Amino acid sequence: MSDNIKMRAQLKGNIVEVKVLMSHPMETGRKKDDFGQLIPAHFIQLLTATLNGKTVLEAQWGTGIAKNPYLTFRLIGAKLGDVVAVTWVDNKSESATQYISVTSA
Amino acid sequence: MQRRNFLTLMLGAVATLFLQPFNALAALWNKSAFDAVKIEDSTKILAIHDEINSNNIQIIAPDLAENGAVVQVEVKSNIANTEAIFILVEKNPTSLIAHFVLSSEMDPYIVTRIKMAETSDIKIVVKAGTQYFSRSKNIVVLENGCG
Repeated sequence: MSDNIKMRAQLKGNIVEVKVLMSHPMETGRKKDDFGQLIPAHFIQLLTATLNGKTVLEAQWGTGIAKNPYLTFRLIGAKLGDVVAVTWVDNKSESATQYISVTSA
Repeated sequence: MQRRNFLTLMLGAVATLFLQPFNALAALWNKSAFDAVKIEDSTKILAIHDEINSNNIQIIAPDLAENGAVVQVEVKSNIANTEAIFILVEKNPTSLIAHFVLSSEMDPYIVTRIKMAETSDIKIVVKAGTQYFSRSKNIVVLENGCG
C-alpha cells in the first residue's frame, strides 16, 4: 500500500524538510451517507517517522485531522541519501509505509 | 559473557519486543484523551498542567476558514527541548486533534491540516521537560467541516 503515501525529503541548509501526503478518508463516524446511515469511523490513529531506522516522530491522531492527511516535519542534521520512512496505522488496523531518500532542494 | 552484559542484552531484547510497532501501536493510542469532548478533559487526561502562555510558540493559520474541512495549521516552537506538541480545538465535537512526540533529531516544527466544526480557538500545547507551554489562536469558520 505504499502508493498510499506520497513523500519528499529535501535538504535545505542544515535542515531536511519532509512533506508527506497520505490518501485516507479520515471518517469521523459522525457523518451520514445518502441513505441516512452513519458512515463508520475510519481514521489514522498512529503515525511513525524514522530516520535511517531510528524513530524520530511518533504521532497520535484523532478524527480531527483532515481527509487525505498532510504533514510537514523537519529533521536537524540529516544528510543527503539518508532514508526517511513513514508508517501509519488506522483504527481498522490497516497500514501503509513509504520510504524516501533525502535529496537536495 | 558477563552477567551484567547478559542482563542488559535481555533487557534490550524485552524492550524490543514491547516496541514492536504493529502489535503495540494500537495499544498506544490514547482513546480516552481523543474521546473527550471538552478541551479541559482532554488536557487533564494527557496530564497537561500549569501551562505557561508563551509567545515562543508560533501558530500560522488563517484568521478565517471558508470551509472547516481543511484548515492548514503550521506550528513552530522556539522553546528549548520541545518534546511534544499537542493540537486541540476548543469547539470541535472532540477537542484533541493530534499529539506529536519529537526526538532530538527533530526541529520542533509541524504543518498539518485539521477539521474545524465552527469558529473556535485552536490551542497548541508544547511539552518541554516537565513544563507545559501553550498558545491559542482564534479561527473564524464559515462552514462546518466535521460532518
